[in-house]
Amino acid sequence: MSWTRKLLRVDLSKGTCTSEALNMDWAKDYLGQRGLASKYLSEEVDPKCDPLGAENKLIMATGPLTGTMASTAGRYSVITKGPLTGAIACSNSGGYFGAELKFAGWDMVIFEGKSDKPVYLVIQNDKAELCDGSHIWGKSAWETDDILHATYQDPQMRIACIGRTAEAGCLYAAVINDKHRAAGRSGVGTVMASKNLKAVAVRGTQGIGNIDNVDAFFESTDAGKAVLAENAVTGQGLPAFGTQVLMNVINGVGGLPAHNMRDVGFAGAENISAEAMAEPRTSDGKPNLTTNGACFGCTIACGRISTVDKTHFSVKDKPQYHGASGGLEYEAAWALGADTGVDDLDALTYVNFLCNEDGFDPISYGSTLAAAMEMFEDGVITTKDTGGIELKFGSAEAFVAATELLVTGEGFGKDLGLGSKRLCEKYGRPELSMSVKGQEFPAYDPRGIQGIGLNYATSNRGACHLRGYTVASEVLGIPVKTEQTDTDGKPELVKAFQDATALVDSAGLCIFTTFAWGMDNIAPQIDAACEGDWSVDNCLEAGERIWNMERLFNQAAGFTADDDKLPKRLLEEAIKSGPTEGQVNRLGEMLPKYYEIRGWSPEGEPTAETRQRLSL
Amino acid sequence: MQKSLNIDPGKCTGCLQCEMACSYEHTGTFNPSRSYIKVFTFHHEGRFAPYTCTQCEEAWCQRACPVDAISVDMATGAKVIADDKCVGCKVCTIACPFGTVNYSQSTGKVVKCDLCGGDPQCASACPTDAITYVDADWTGYDKMMASASKSLPSAEVTA
Repeated sequence: MSWTRKLLRVDLSKGTCTSEALNMDWAKDYLGQRGLASKYLSEEVDPKCDPLGAENKLIMATGPLTGTMASTAGRYSVITKGPLTGAIACSNSGGYFGAELKFAGWDMVIFEGKSDKPVYLVIQNDKAELCDGSHIWGKSAWETDDILHATYQDPQMRIACIGRTAEAGCLYAAVINDKHRAAGRSGVGTVMASKNLKAVAVRGTQGIGNIDNVDAFFESTDAGKAVLAENAVTGQGLPAFGTQVLMNVINGVGGLPAHNMRDVGFAGAENISAEAMAEPRTSDGKPNLTTNGACFGCTIACGRISTVDKTHFSVKDKPQYHGASGGLEYEAAWALGADTGVDDLDALTYVNFLCNEDGFDPISYGSTLAAAMEMFEDGVITTKDTGGIELKFGSAEAFVAATELLVTGEGFGKDLGLGSKRLCEKYGRPELSMSVKGQEFPAYDPRGIQGIGLNYATSNRGACHLRGYTVASEVLGIPVKTEQTDTDGKPELVKAFQDATALVDSAGLCIFTTFAWGMDNIAPQIDAACEGDWSVDNCLEAGERIWNMERLFNQAAGFTADDDKLPKRLLEEAIKSGPTEGQVNRLGEMLPKYYEIRGWSPEGEPTAETRQRLSL
Repeated sequence: MQKSLNIDPGKCTGCLQCEMACSYEHTGTFNPSRSYIKVFTFHHEGRFAPYTCTQCEEAWCQRACPVDAISVDMATGAKVIADDKCVGCKVCTIACPFGTVNYSQSTGKVVKCDLCGGDPQCASACPTDAITYVDADWTGYDKMMASASKSLPSAEVTA
């Protein structure tokens, strides 16, 4: 069955930890992780609540496959009502923390209420305890990790925590686990900070031994691993180049936004690409990329482990950044680089380290900074606001200085922590925020790639590529090629990707497997591990159910069809040059059809019939 | 022919498939804390190192054991713990120069790699060939080959 069938409920107001049976009726409809935890959130939290108030809850949840030998099965998610968007938030992370939580015997941890002083949670198998965290409050995520490891003298303890950025109130702060893995988006770390919860340290030695059908499990997971190894993307491209393999590809097809999405195409793309990361630098003859690394159980190993040039201005007097750590992934390299116009690989890698060290989302940060840079260019923001920083597109010095302010929320860092929507509203230029539902876009331009625009507009957590990565089809031809600039068939494509992704995110698996795996590879692994019928059809239906449940949460929170929209720039300002010149996003051609095939009313609300069909 | 585990840390990605395979073989659970092979992460150097018993020909652990609980599997050369004899005194863990015999609180016995009776599951599970099971006479030759390649003028290597 693979679930531990137990959840840990932590009441931070009362300081209690209670073991509770997992609701297996719900597990059969929502599987685990994203789906099941969102079900708990929907049942237990008022969608209209203040995301940073005591009435919001924060759930750390694993999937039934988490901690098993299925490839990539080490994932966990953080589910809550997000402060950046006010919508349901679910941020997924790898590393080793999720599997460890499972080995300790827990499918999920629900945090409720709010502690009146800083605390951290320690879980050692069945034993869970809240401890005084005043000595780690004010520390970075890296320092917190080191201090807790030293306290417990246990190198195998796995830690998820927040850094100083969350404490400072930045609305897109992340939860960092294993020092350089992040539940990165939507401000889930900010919610954790609002509860005065600094860290969760977990050690589990019980293992997972309750696989439903062992023979079928090994047969399907071995077959899945073979498919990943033989696939060009998961077997060669991702281990060698990481997701950064996309930088030159997306730039080449006219899909790489730049300068707060004013342009498409970035002249400096090559300088911040995977190829550049592998190039030996002049100072020490070493490349930026030290090696690739895997998350728990992953046979792809796309992770980047990098170093910054020790002579680079950003780190030359800071030996603490001279070692190797988590390097640039594509989305971070785009947001921190192309969107701000900075093509200095070392500056980007240093700031990426800061994203991990103090826990904030590089996508939202880069995009927010880019919006600030455009307003600086327009004279709306001046050096008086920035504390003297000449916030120009392309300035690595300004980029580094601004980031260091964001980390602790000093001066202009406080403004940057608002996210682009609130920042642009504050300075009177709301149209310059490149966001949906308050969350910033990732690295694919919806004018050059039509389907991803529809996915952004309808994503339940605000703009996000990981809710329906139609780029796979529209650019890479996976599973079949669709034309980037066509809108025909895109509503169907978006729905299919969104539903399948919701299921993968609920299983404990990584979405990157779907470069090679279809549901016919995934369903048998879930079906073998778990009791119940997890056929391809049932898996897809569960995915659709999860999507609709999230939609209903947002609807109850006050979101309407009016929020399924893209910024004017993407609908009206045509791409000026390159392979996709002249394109705008044609959302209006896709959205009504999308509502229709989802079984939603023209107002974007799931109909009674749809709700009944999905048992909602 | 005797075979040995051959470990190439440079190929390891830290995925822990080996630890899961080992623990499943020996305990029936996916449980890295009960694995006889361990992957160590050196975060700041960006390195991962899988490590386990190399099955010494003259084994310190075997010599140190006061109750003759450690014997040689004649088919594989593995030094194997007999659970019914082991008294959990841990002297072997002190004797082993490499730290690859370990005490298990859950059983009250020591544990170590037994080569899975000649079909080591860690090697089968490793996706990058960082752990292979090779003819014992070939141990180290991959490193020798890598060194040998460096002794050539670079033009010939790249040719």
